[in-house]
Amino acid sequence: MHNGASELAVRDLNAWYGESHILHGMQFEVNKGEVVTLLGRNGAGKTTTMKAVMGMIPSRKGSVLFEGEELIALPSNKIARRGLAFCPEERGIFSSLNVYENLTLPPAVRPGGMSLDDIYQIFPNLKERLKSQGTKLSGGEQQMLAIGRILRTGANFLLLDEPTEGLAPVIVQQIGAMIRLLKSKGYTVLLVEQNFRFASTVADRHYVVEHGKVIDMIANDQIAANTQKLESYLGV
Amino acid sequence: MFELLGIAPQALFGQLLLGLINGAFYAMLSLGLAVIFGLLNVINFTHGAQYMMGAFVAWMLLEWVGVPYWGALVLVPIIVGAFGVLLEKVFLKRLYHLDHLYGLLLTFGLALMIEGVFRKQFGSSGLPYANPLPGGTRLDFMFLPNYRAWVVVASLVICFGTWFLIERTKLGSYLRAAVERPDLVQAFGINVPRMITLTYGFGVGLAALAGVLAAPIYSVNPLMGSNLIIIVFAVVVIGGMGSIMGAIVTGFGLGVIEGLTKVFYPEASNTVIFIIMAIVLMLKPAGLFGTPK
Repeated sequence: MHNGASELAVRDLNAWYGESHILHGMQFEVNKGEVVTLLGRNGAGKTTTMKAVMGMIPSRKGSVLFEGEELIALPSNKIARRGLAFCPEERGIFSSLNVYENLTLPPAVRPGGMSLDDIYQIFPNLKERLKSQGTKLSGGEQQMLAIGRILRTGANFLLLDEPTEGLAPVIVQQIGAMIRLLKSKGYTVLLVEQNFRFASTVADRHYVVEHGKVIDMIANDQIAANTQKLESYLGV
Repeated sequence: MFELLGIAPQALFGQLLLGLINGAFYAMLSLGLAVIFGLLNVINFTHGAQYMMGAFVAWMLLEWVGVPYWGALVLVPIIVGAFGVLLEKVFLKRLYHLDHLYGLLLTFGLALMIEGVFRKQFGSSGLPYANPLPGGTRLDFMFLPNYRAWVVVASLVICFGTWFLIERTKLGSYLRAAVERPDLVQAFGINVPRMITLTYGFGVGLAALAGVLAAPIYSVNPLMGSNLIIIVFAVVVIGGMGSIMGAIVTGFGLGVIEGLTKVFYPEASNTVIFIIMAIVLMLKPAGLFGTPK
């Protein structure tokens, strides 16, 4: 089904926070241009998976192949330079930086990133608030800033950790439209979600994560047939 | 007006100038401490010893190699800063995940060792460093020595240059961001461990630069740093740990207040800074410019 051509191939990924063993052999693949979600309950290890892929967890083992290159032993700044960019769940907007400084903070890692004007076109709110302190923005605007700033860098593999969490439905729709736009521009997106109804509007495939392992994979066109199974996995 | 207060204008302005000079050193030293504490979370007790090393390296360059004062201003911060980089790479970086106390103990121990080596080598009576700008200007109310005027101007340039670098440039935005979320800044592709090392080197270089500026004023003495460092820590506490502007304003301000105290109530001049510190800690525990955590 997915041969060696996948852009990201994670094999037997284990990760630890201090003494606690969080990931127990994560295994999944993401193909170029796909939008793939990691679904699962709180504490299943979805965020940890993203951080382990990005090299943000010092204690990790296994294999993370990106475009055929092994990333597992690289520090996170080198992983970012390969073209992966992470947008954390808590958004990570810097309070001592204004909106413009936040937006232009991440350095370009590859050619072909969006220009500031492209980003303002997708997120018009940001342009009007450039001088504001980053953390004075509304939750939705902060999310837009957190995603906008990684679009500038030329990274073409985006790891978005619960981008819709805590946002009003109209903003969630905007974020959904943005993810579809990114897909149409050829970006690859790995998305962490708790809300599979939202995930099904943007994604190609879904991996279900439980206890630090992938326990199932569901293609998006099969999601209707598997709703009951998904609900039991996610405990909704 | 001065006669009314029973104070000669010469005494007043003389002490004001002295206060401004002391304040310039408080500001430059507390600035380096603030920069280091902000990013490394280390209370750098070696700062006074590094300031002293700045003065000594300037003296050595002059006496042994013949490098004049103006050359030392450029070379000394680089030499002592490189020594700081070495300290960070060998010792400090092992302590970041531990409590502040460990960094404080380590840097305090290092300060004692460095001062001990210099005392053994050079004695503690102090070495003279020739004034590179002799002479002065006679103003209506006081005599202004050229070198002291230069120190005030140079320290203002250094302080506001550092403030600009950190608060208004791209490099500064990396530093400020890394103070908040080093992991995320690194995941954006920035080599944060190297930035931390260089920041420590920069802070140490600032202390050494202050040491060069101090050499012609105070004699070059192995204990010149430990005499100053306690007051500088009080300045940092009053200004707010990690605040750049706080360090600058409080440094100069307290120098001037100390100078004025010498005119109006000399008995309190040695303690006034600590009295202010106690009051500030009671009213604003995070310091005048600090943000409560």
